[in-house]
Amino acid sequence: MNHKVAVFRKEHFNAAHRLHNPAWSEEKNNAEFGLCNNEHYHGHNYELVVKLVGVPDPATGYVMNLKDLSEIIREEVHTRFDHKNLNLDAVEFANLNPTAENIAVVIYQLLRKRIPEHLELTVRLYETKRNFVEYPA
Amino acid sequence: MVYLTRLEHFNAAHKLFNPAWSREKNEAVFGVCANENWHGHNYELFVTIKGHPDPDTGFLYDVKKLSVIIKEHVIDKLDHKNLNMDVDFMAGQLCSTENLAIGIWKQLEPHLPEQVKLHCIKLYETSRIYVEYFGE
Repeated sequence: MNHKVAVFRKEHFNAAHRLHNPAWSEEKNNAEFGLCNNEHYHGHNYELVVKLVGVPDPATGYVMNLKDLSEIIREEVHTRFDHKNLNLDAVEFANLNPTAENIAVVIYQLLRKRIPEHLELTVRLYETKRNFVEYPA
Repeated sequence: MVYLTRLEHFNAAHKLFNPAWSREKNEAVFGVCANENWHGHNYELFVTIKGHPDPDTGFLYDVKKLSVIIKEHVIDKLDHKNLNMDVDFMAGQLCSTENLAIGIWKQLEPHLPEQVKLHCIKLYETSRIYVEYFGE
């Protein structure tokens, strides 16, 4: 058995944010980001899907123990972002607009250093049921 | 009697925080939901009305009109807002899902025509947590 298999772990977190470019006027922010620029923030139930691709370990049959992956996501993602304000509480977004795109890249970078190098990693992030992003593209 | 439900959704920030309590007591009761800089949710709102179909139209009520009433009196006030700071009908109240469902009921009931009765406000805060309010 030397077949690549994809495994997935779904997690979720709830957070507030706003989309705002401090270099722009209020008018330009409103024109570009609309309701998402509300100065008192709004929020989402984010759904995170982490995908790993690799050949199952012959000793365990696992690509990766998903319990271990869940714990890594909890440590790297939930402790930073769950029930937080992404703009105010997360240093990762101190100078980065917390769009779904940027959140997905940040989560990828946080997880990549904790996932064994031989496994391919993809992060899919749902901001709403209808809006979601994936990285790497 | 027929029951008709319209589903809407809105995204909002809030926190659970009782200003009469110390920060320690708020954190003990509300946990991470008391985070002072807010957090947020994708809320799903189910509005159920009840009545008898009109013999001329077959409709209990024109669901497009119901949607406009919900949008004008509820969604426009809540969507992409901070429930604690931006919403007139939640001012001075704890922004729990329970209280928000009661507030939505009060926003809608006066705007429905006499032959239509509001039956239930069902409000999902997450896919795993929801409340129902029947006006009692």
